[in-house]
Amino acid sequence: MSKQEQHWEKSRGLLFMTLAIWFVFSIGIFLFGAEMNEVTGPFGYPLTYWFTCQGSLGAFVILIFWFANRQEKIDEEFGFSERGDD
Amino acid sequence: MIKGNFIDNLPKVYGIYTGGFLAFIIIMSIAEQMGMTAKTIGICFVAFTVAIYAIIGYLSRTAQADAYYVAGRQVPTVFNGMATAADWMSGASFVAMAGGIYFKGYGYMALLVGWTGGYVLVASLLAPYLRKFGCYTVPDFIGTRYGGNLSRFMAVVVLTVASFTYVTAQINATGTIASVALDIPFQYAVYVGLVSILLCSMLGGMRGVTWTQVAQYIVLIIAYLLPVFWISNKMGAGFFPHFMLADEVSRIAELEAQFGFVKNSAENLKEVPKGLAGITKAHSAVNATPWAFISLALAMMMGTASLPHVMMRYFTTPSVKAARKSVGWSLFFIFLLYSSAPMLATLSKLSLIDPTLPTGIIGKSISEVQAIDWYQNWNQANLMFVSDFNGNGTLELNEFFMGGKAVVLATPEIAGLPYVISGLVAAGGMAAAMSTADGLILAIANAISHDVYYKIIDPKAETAKRLVVARVLLVVIGFAGATIAALEIQGILGSVIWAFDFAMSGLFFPLVLGVWWKRANKEGAIAGMFLGLVSGAAYLIWVRTGGSGFLGITQLTFGIFGSAVSLVAMVVVSLMTSAPNAATQKMVDEVRIPSGKSILGKQH
Repeated sequence: MSKQEQHWEKSRGLLFMTLAIWFVFSIGIFLFGAEMNEVTGPFGYPLTYWFTCQGSLGAFVILIFWFANRQEKIDEEFGFSERGDD
Repeated sequence: MIKGNFIDNLPKVYGIYTGGFLAFIIIMSIAEQMGMTAKTIGICFVAFTVAIYAIIGYLSRTAQADAYYVAGRQVPTVFNGMATAADWMSGASFVAMAGGIYFKGYGYMALLVGWTGGYVLVASLLAPYLRKFGCYTVPDFIGTRYGGNLSRFMAVVVLTVASFTYVTAQINATGTIASVALDIPFQYAVYVGLVSILLCSMLGGMRGVTWTQVAQYIVLIIAYLLPVFWISNKMGAGFFPHFMLADEVSRIAELEAQFGFVKNSAENLKEVPKGLAGITKAHSAVNATPWAFISLALAMMMGTASLPHVMMRYFTTPSVKAARKSVGWSLFFIFLLYSSAPMLATLSKLSLIDPTLPTGIIGKSISEVQAIDWYQNWNQANLMFVSDFNGNGTLELNEFFMGGKAVVLATPEIAGLPYVISGLVAAGGMAAAMSTADGLILAIANAISHDVYYKIIDPKAETAKRLVVARVLLVVIGFAGATIAALEIQGILGSVIWAFDFAMSGLFFPLVLGVWWKRANKEGAIAGMFLGLVSGAAYLIWVRTGGSGFLGITQLTFGIFGSAVSLVAMVVVSLMTSAPNAATQKMVDEVRIPSGKSILGKQH
């Protein structure tokens, strides 16, 4: 397998992992919204309610930065990262 | 004039700007103490901020194609994040979102999840690859990846339909705010709004829009957060509302149980002015089926990843790496406002419905409520209404009606904050609507000038001529949008949601598969865009004209149907026709790695 194919395979793996986490916070939780809302979540809010106003939103922010860092590592590993910028 | 070292000085420039704006707020509050009227304060806030944007727009003027189309591709990560956040958060987010949560509670908050979760798709599926591609516009990517003028043209059509639906709502919002703040009739205020919008984008194109959007973000976030924190502290609800409103949320649930949701008869509802609503749904309890919630969130997420005015912001970063990080920053800046909207809705609702609070009106006698100053003001503005349906003389929960905008616009006044805050909120709403309108008008004008005029009609046109065409189109599209906005056909929020559905119907899969599926070809993409858009639009018309719909897909989520058709059409047609040629396949390989030259040259 060429270097480029390996790079793409790893990138694709990262994509699937990212999308899986995304799925949990954007869809998975709300499949069980009614049941989970019985539970008291962070800061004392009902749990599902908390996810809709803070939890899922915050998770997405963290997820994107995590994804960006992982992808950068993959690019560096195969020597495909850009030079001379931030 | 922007100097070479302007980029290095950005933190300083915007730091001074933010300090200046805060000083302006303080001066205004002193002026209020000294007797300046509410009306003058409103005019000062809107006029001052718009004048600043216009100056930035003028200073950013340019005659170069890459500065005009992609701000010279040198916008730093964090600042691009701020600009995207302003681009993204429209008048609807600013003015209508807290109101929606106030009325519909949990079910409505699918929009919060959808309008943030979409950025994960943007970051992982599209933005870095389109940045590597080096395109000026979204149709530029479609046209080059798939080849041929027809695919490029189809992309322009989808983009125009979606963005135009969206932009009329934004011009409408600028008109509403300008008409209230400047006290002029709405039909004229719309054009005042339009001129303000064009001042930002005409001379500098994307460069002007970028630097005004950063300035607009700073105004809108201050205007949103300051009242939320202030009200929360004033009510004694908590110093940091986001972490401390659990008691308030459960108190609302308690009051809901106590009052019950009494359904009004159709006859009684006829009395209520158009556009006003009462509280009919639980605040924090799950009040929507999982599918209703998820389908709305999903439609908004896929729509986010297909809307051109967001995507093109990531064409302006210096590198692919920066594009990825920049998406994270964008969402962070959006998160600051979106996580505050439910808090504002909670505070606003509790302060109105809790009979034990001094501001509470439920349980008071009708005549007492009608004598309150702020009630009279907002009743006159057609945003509040009470009526004694059951004739018992006291105001019940089901007898109080409010406009969606009133939650953001009136809560500061209800909570007893000084008028300077209301002026600030007006400036914030104006900034939110203007920045989004600018991004959208520019997206349409750039697509038509670059993709239709330059790439299809006259490929030999010189830069100067191309930019004249781009600017003329900007004005024409702006006026068309304002003219339609002046007709006031639909509400702000409804048309925003439609725009997402149109965009996802036609563009989501052609964009994503363009990067992630090498076998996707021109025929497939054209079929996907055409059939997706047409079937989505047909479904909308069907449901609007009394059709029952299927699978619980409503007029707000028709994009789910449209994009499914688009996906099937694209895959089937691609597989039935021949694979893309070797050059195209190599191009896709190139797009997938960040290093090396972009596919399209710096000037193209």
